[in-house]
Amino acid sequence: MRRYLIRRLLLAIPTVFGVTVLIFLAMRVIPGDPLRSIIGEGQIYILSDEELAAVKASLGYDKPLIIQYLAWMGDVAKGDLGYSFWQKDKSIADMVVRRGPITLQISLMALIIAWVIGLPSGITAAVWRNTSIDYGVRVLVTLLMAIPNFWLGLAMILATILIWNWRPPVELATLWESPWSNLQMTVGPAIAMGLGFGAIIARMVRSGMLEVLTEDYVRTARAKGLESSTVVIRHALRNALLPTITLTGLYLGATLGGAVAVERAFSVPGLGFSLIYAVQARDWTVIQSLVLLFAVAYVIINLIVDIVYGVIDPRIRYE
Amino acid sequence: MARNGAGLAQRAATAAAAVARQPPFDSFLAFARSSVLGSISIVLLAALVLVGLFPQLAAPYDPDQLFYVDLKKPPSMEHWAGTDFIARDSLTRIIYGARITLLVAFISVFVGDALGFAWGVMTGYMSGKFDLVSQRMLDMFIAFPTIILALLLLAALGSGLVTIIIAIAVIRVPGTARVIRSVALSIRAAQYVEAAEAVGASRLRIMSRHVAPQCVAPLFVVASAGLGAAIFTEAALSFLGMGVPPPTPTWGNMLGGVLNELFQPPWWLVIFPGVAITITILAFNLLGDALRDFLDPRLRGKLD
Repeated sequence: MRRYLIRRLLLAIPTVFGVTVLIFLAMRVIPGDPLRSIIGEGQIYILSDEELAAVKASLGYDKPLIIQYLAWMGDVAKGDLGYSFWQKDKSIADMVVRRGPITLQISLMALIIAWVIGLPSGITAAVWRNTSIDYGVRVLVTLLMAIPNFWLGLAMILATILIWNWRPPVELATLWESPWSNLQMTVGPAIAMGLGFGAIIARMVRSGMLEVLTEDYVRTARAKGLESSTVVIRHALRNALLPTITLTGLYLGATLGGAVAVERAFSVPGLGFSLIYAVQARDWTVIQSLVLLFAVAYVIINLIVDIVYGVIDPRIRYE
Repeated sequence: MARNGAGLAQRAATAAAAVARQPPFDSFLAFARSSVLGSISIVLLAALVLVGLFPQLAAPYDPDQLFYVDLKKPPSMEHWAGTDFIARDSLTRIIYGARITLLVAFISVFVGDALGFAWGVMTGYMSGKFDLVSQRMLDMFIAFPTIILALLLLAALGSGLVTIIIAIAVIRVPGTARVIRSVALSIRAAQYVEAAEAVGASRLRIMSRHVAPQCVAPLFVVASAGLGAAIFTEAALSFLGMGVPPPTPTWGNMLGGVLNELFQPPWWLVIFPGVAITITILAFNLLGDALRDFLDPRLRGKLD
């Protein structure tokens, strides 16, 4: 186990390094130099050539790329994410601390909703295969997988406005300070994302169960005269769940970042919304930090999933 | 897991090769017989493509035509899907939106999957150091949630039709390359590849004549599912205002337009573009499932 852990950790290092290089290059070398596009974008602000040079110097842009990269990495290592490019007094680290919890909370809630819906429906569909229950679940799964989550969100807002003349609050509210308005704000996005993912879980659980239910050891368990529910839950489900667990981890990482469109639909003041705002305003220091944060979070979650997987399934460790 | 997946993919390749030997129309008929849902989605998608190619024949009006008196009107006999904020006919714009949406999806999936295919065949066949390095490079791209990677690229390149195609193509490459690599790895061990190596065929020849053809069937499965995903990504990015900019209608930016009036949203402007997106993604997903079951039912759930 220890060797497996160490190997996984070592493999993550080049990935994180690559991610930082990729972000760094995207922000500097790609043809549409972000600074130049700020300048080209007349409606925002126009810098003269001297001002441009001054801005570049103040950002360290006149130094060689490698020095700039190392300076950035040094700052990040110290936990200093810098300041917004447009509002010099707006610390990015503060923004992350204030808004990050909302995004994380929505992702976790979506995950819980997905499991609560997906697991039972996947199991029932597999156990009562080819019955009307199974068909019902499959139709729903297929439909939910095709509905874009951000549109589902818009439709939900529309419905609450038309029916109760109420829409979710958009003011930032934390779970510990004002739990009620926090829940009003987060439950919508969580449902919009959770339903789609619940469908994917139901599908995975169903196909996993179908594969396992025909295995010899399940037949043996049945032959021993065990209760049907014991066989399904104790014997079959444990093995059928493995791929679903991987998927959950991947999904958690993906929703942390992929929630941008849903956050935008609900106007939830999470990190995804901040990122969109930054991209539109070409606030490149914010873009750079937030993208880095999302990517590193994704890598860490994947790492945790791999480790959990190694714990649950000993076969993985010896590959 | 990877080995298992590769074995399945190889079986799919053989099954597809058997199908390919029949005249094309026969195999199409065989596919149509094998899946009702698959055939329905093919008909639906064909209709969509036609609408996308000739929107002026299907649409009742011109997409930029303004109906001044009918600002934000709900569906009526004249405007089946209502009119929008500046009094354009919504149905017409949805029909014209199909063009951009399908164009972006087809080109980006074609480009992204072609690159991923070439990369996957190369890394799978050559292995060794080249494989190791390219695996780490793919890890780097996979380390980004897809929308975030697309946003990063769009922030750097600027938004527009070409850049959104590039962004979606790039996020497709690593996934496709992974699947194709695992297929290519299994084919490398086949006897006919060994034979080709023994008679001194060049690596390029072996890859293009012996390995690549076997990877085509899995590519089709991956790509058809990818089209649905590409439609979703394009819609999400356009919705966020990062796609094709507004005067040109896309389903995503039509939904994005609603964001300005979320306290009193006209329901028809929310519902209809979303239904169009959903139906299209649904059709691509069903086609992908049917195609996979047809090529090899054992792939079910493996190539997702």
